[in-house]
Amino acid sequence: MNSTREINENEDWTMIIRPQRRWYDFHLGDLWKYRDLIRLFVWRDFVAYYKQTILGPLWYIIQPILSTVIFTVVFGQIAKLSTDGMPAFLFYLAGQTIWSYFATCFTSTSNTFVSNAGIFGKVYFPRMSVPVSIVISNLISFGIRFGMFLLFWAYFWISGSAVQPTLWALALPLLVLLMGAMGLGFGIIFSSLTTKYRDLQQLIGFGVQLLMYATPVIYPLSTVSGVWRTLIMANPMTPVVEVFKLGFLGTSDLNPIWLLYTAGFTLITLFIGLALFNRVEASFMDTV
Amino acid sequence: MSNTVISVENVSKQYHLGTIGTGTFRNDLKLWWAKTRNKPNPLALVDEADHGNRDGEILWALKDVSFKVEQGEALGIIGRNGAGKSTLLKILSRVTTPTSGEVKVKGRIASLLEVGTGFHPELTGRENIFLNGAIMGMSRAEVARKFDEIVDFSGVERFIDTPVKRYSSGMYVRLAFAVAAHLEPEILIVDEVLAVGDADFQKKCLGKMGDVAHEGRTVLFVSHNMPAIATFCDQAILLEYGGISFQGETNLTISMYLKSKAELSGEKIWEDINNAPGNYFARIHRVCIKNQNNESTSNIQSGEDFSIEIEYFNTIDNSRLSVTLLVFTEEGAILLSSISNLEPDWHNKPRPTGMYVSNCFLPANLLTPSFYSIGVIICTKNYQDCIREDDLIKFQIIDDGDVRGDYYGGYTGIIRPLLQWTTKKISY
Repeated sequence: MNSTREINENEDWTMIIRPQRRWYDFHLGDLWKYRDLIRLFVWRDFVAYYKQTILGPLWYIIQPILSTVIFTVVFGQIAKLSTDGMPAFLFYLAGQTIWSYFATCFTSTSNTFVSNAGIFGKVYFPRMSVPVSIVISNLISFGIRFGMFLLFWAYFWISGSAVQPTLWALALPLLVLLMGAMGLGFGIIFSSLTTKYRDLQQLIGFGVQLLMYATPVIYPLSTVSGVWRTLIMANPMTPVVEVFKLGFLGTSDLNPIWLLYTAGFTLITLFIGLALFNRVEASFMDTV
Repeated sequence: MSNTVISVENVSKQYHLGTIGTGTFRNDLKLWWAKTRNKPNPLALVDEADHGNRDGEILWALKDVSFKVEQGEALGIIGRNGAGKSTLLKILSRVTTPTSGEVKVKGRIASLLEVGTGFHPELTGRENIFLNGAIMGMSRAEVARKFDEIVDFSGVERFIDTPVKRYSSGMYVRLAFAVAAHLEPEILIVDEVLAVGDADFQKKCLGKMGDVAHEGRTVLFVSHNMPAIATFCDQAILLEYGGISFQGETNLTISMYLKSKAELSGEKIWEDINNAPGNYFARIHRVCIKNQNNESTSNIQSGEDFSIEIEYFNTIDNSRLSVTLLVFTEEGAILLSSISNLEPDWHNKPRPTGMYVSNCFLPANLLTPSFYSIGVIICTKNYQDCIREDDLIKFQIIDDGDVRGDYYGGYTGIIRPLLQWTTKKISY
């Protein structure tokens, strides 16, 4: 009797459901198993965005151009803020392009649990596949916007503006990776907290807007000094935006070594995010 | 080497009743601040006594549930609403985690309780098949291989490239079920999905389930449809108040369930004649339902004869009495009435005082499976003076499948007699 019992216990179960996983067990291997699902989510988010619209994927371009025009008029023409000698339109477009990837990653992953409660309540799949797929599908829209930026950039360069690209432009993949990971980290932290406190949802849209003004997106870092500069330097997005401008426009007031600070910050954020997400994932169906 | 594919070991699941936290960060902070200073709850209403259980009461949806499912077994799970069936399935399908205990599983589990999960209204039927398949854990290649079969089963070929938001709800459900039915997991969980779709489609679904069960795959089937459970499952467990109250062969479990269910009363006796329903000329002493073996019961199989017995006391010498039986539906409508005026022995004959018993025989396959209640009318000669008592006893007709044949879907109609059918070929 005892021996059969032992055999039973040694059987290879494909899955064991236990009350709660250890907090550091992120089971990221599951994500790989569900890569087909992630791919389909990416494609769904991308396609569903412009279905039943006349302009289709053009919407990915219209939006940033419009806001860049507004920035150019309001901050460039009316407020006459400095753009470090760059053509105002290109300066704002550069800031917009790079900033929007972080912003969309952050905001669109931040309501993962609440907006997917219906589907999460019915079927199991690694919950992380939702925010991960969002970060990837945002990459597509970033690619489109970046392509558009390159066109304008090439035009200004050829027409003899003060644009001086540097080799730091090659750091773009690293910048994108940092932004994606940090946006994801912040997003999943907030999505975990919003299962309990819906207040945070109100905060995010506003908070991201605020964060943009604390990042040298619509003004060059060189125009800031004193306490304000310290504050803006503490913002982990500052090095990313500055290195992007250094790479493509050739103007920056920052040592690219600061990217290390961003990297460290990103790692910690992502880690805290994963731990929180992991905790909430197991029990949120009972609280949502 | 044993063939256990699911082993549920001492699984419990606890829920907190009431709200969790106060819902806003500010109020949680207030509450925490008050607690740390041993002040009363600042958020409690003035009249509300604080019992110190602001965390809410605790409900055990499942308590110490253990069972095993063998490879190829079709296990039925039955129980009243709130008995813990859905919680158990949620744990098995990993939607939520148990509070304690563990579940070990061999093979992939898919459940039909998620029919249509993740369908995106803007995407076409084709696109949704792939998306839905992936959500349920199929690889792209697997879905592609099954694609034609799925479309065929769903019967929406013509609209496969139309966004599903333009589908009728029936088409939507059919497509969703078709994907789920072709998952081919090692273990399939089915939860009451048969309530959806038209009768024709339900039949198709049950047929598919039968196939799955016969292919030797393991099925867990949760339903209130007892005939379907009886057909597909060899073994069943009965859940009551979060625990397993019975486990065994399906028919046995079902009868345990039916016995435990509802406050049916197959018999009612009024011991004290002075308090019994009635009046100066007659008093009812006992009303009961007897099955074909002459046992008193409140559960009658649809295919068995049964009778209703009414015992009453005649208080006036030489009165001529008649008894009328009323059968009410669950909704309170009178389904039928029957008078004892064709009864040969005592009708319209003067009766000495004393106790009498009248028996009304009801043939098998008359009533549709449902709940009924019984009323009685006793009248004096020429129906001049009557006493009427409604809702004396309640009973149910249980579907034994005699009339159903191979059909497991819903039946309409107030009665369900077994009628003769013939079919002949009349031309080429």
